[in-house]
Amino acid sequence: METMALSGELVATGLRKWYHPKGQAPVHVLDDCSLNIEPGKLTVVMGTSGCGKSTLAYILCGYLNPDGGQVTMDGQLVKEPGSSRIMVFQETALWPWMTVLQNVVFGPLARSSVSKEVATQKALELLRKFGLLEFKDKYPGQLSGGMKRRAELAQALINSPKVMILDEPFRGLDVMTRELMQEYYIKLFEETRLTTVFITSELEEAIFLADRILIMGGTPSKITHTLEVDLPHPRTFDVLASERYLEIKKEALEVLYGDSMQDI
Amino acid sequence: MAQDIKSKFRWPQFNWRGAIAIVGFFAAWHFFVKLGVPGFKEIAAPFDVLQTFLTRYVNNQEYWSSWVSSFKRVLYGFLIAQVLGIPLGLMLGTREVFHNLAYPVIEILRPIPPLAWVPISILFWPTTEMSIIFICFIGAFFIIVINVHDAVRSIKNEHIWLAQSLGASSGQIFRRIMIPSVIPSIAVGMTLGIAVTWNVVIAAEMISGGNGLGRLTWEGYVSHTVTVVIIGMISIGLAGYLSTIVVDYLEKKMMPWRVVR
Repeated sequence: METMALSGELVATGLRKWYHPKGQAPVHVLDDCSLNIEPGKLTVVMGTSGCGKSTLAYILCGYLNPDGGQVTMDGQLVKEPGSSRIMVFQETALWPWMTVLQNVVFGPLARSSVSKEVATQKALELLRKFGLLEFKDKYPGQLSGGMKRRAELAQALINSPKVMILDEPFRGLDVMTRELMQEYYIKLFEETRLTTVFITSELEEAIFLADRILIMGGTPSKITHTLEVDLPHPRTFDVLASERYLEIKKEALEVLYGDSMQDI
Repeated sequence: MAQDIKSKFRWPQFNWRGAIAIVGFFAAWHFFVKLGVPGFKEIAAPFDVLQTFLTRYVNNQEYWSSWVSSFKRVLYGFLIAQVLGIPLGLMLGTREVFHNLAYPVIEILRPIPPLAWVPISILFWPTTEMSIIFICFIGAFFIIVINVHDAVRSIKNEHIWLAQSLGASSGQIFRRIMIPSVIPSIAVGMTLGIAVTWNVVIAAEMISGGNGLGRLTWEGYVSHTVTVVIIGMISIGLAGYLSTIVVDYLEKKMMPWRVVR
């Protein structure tokens, strides 16, 4: 995989979003939510479930329009979805009626950016890299959770996106698969330096992966704190035992729980 | 270990209990008739039915043409329902304005049982054949429309969004994402539809058909030939069963991704 140029600066300013559920009072999800995703960095957005993390991700991708504020990508206003920002969804979004290979080549073929042969060649390379080559003709329903996740990464990366947005991608995987996938993703990131927004509600996952953690909170939500994670790359699970990791974790917990931590 | 696996091999299981139940059913039928249990006095015994069938029906051109007539009506009614119903369901599910215009009409017509359409249908269509096909059509039509409509409305956002992100045009999204998304519901609509169509064709033939398996059964009743009634009933059961097998096969072909691991 070629190393991608450092682009993909995603800036959100003053995002506001209401939901209007039928027959209920409108819900104010985001208010004055601003953030800056630096290119070539892995930024984790952390917050409790239901705080609007997915909504924020959908706005960053261009699936939802904010009611106020704006998102720019490398200075360009984001108005609609595009292949420069690709999302890996909480639940698998692989199309169950296409084989793994068909899922992966979908993007390049839909845009007619390359010939079918070239797209297939590239897809097969990615599938080999992700250890899925022998499963290329299987349907997603025949894959395990971890394999689905890897297939989705291949499906995204074949389009050379500038930003990957992962919305709690490893939720629902068993602990071991989850750790393997975390390791997998951090290696992929270190190799490509592909600008990443990684959404999670788990602190350990956040610290292990992040260059920077944005903490989301409040109702309506906004980014309330920013934590720099200066753990060394390449990162392995050894960092979880390091002094610095524990310091960052303590700092994060203090931010998350405020003063109540001191009573414990 | 290999020994273990070998000893665990089993032939496809024959359902002995089911076989016993079927034999038991015919035995009970036979004895109830022979013993003259109340209600069974007029009923023909299984062997009499079998004998009548073998001597008078197996080589009877008219009997087999009843099969053909009923099958034709079911097939036409069913196919027209799919051909018109699937696009209509898709339109209702995707076009908001069209949905608001047309859906209330469908909601009004849908609860009317297909057989309630018989009189109007006979008045409207120039031939009996057309009216029976129309009633079969009604039986399958609303089912498929509603199934496809609901399926379109419950397509996962993620499936559409992902395609948008990857640069698919709305035509591509329609063909490659929306259509396959609703195929499982089309399959459900077809299974339900074929069952209803058989129900309806038999009743419609009894009311107005000149031939067909329903007519055969009815004529057996009118002429007090109970063996014929029972031959008719069993034929209808078999015909419905065969149609279900065909529809199941089609559904498997439509959804190759639903294979077992």
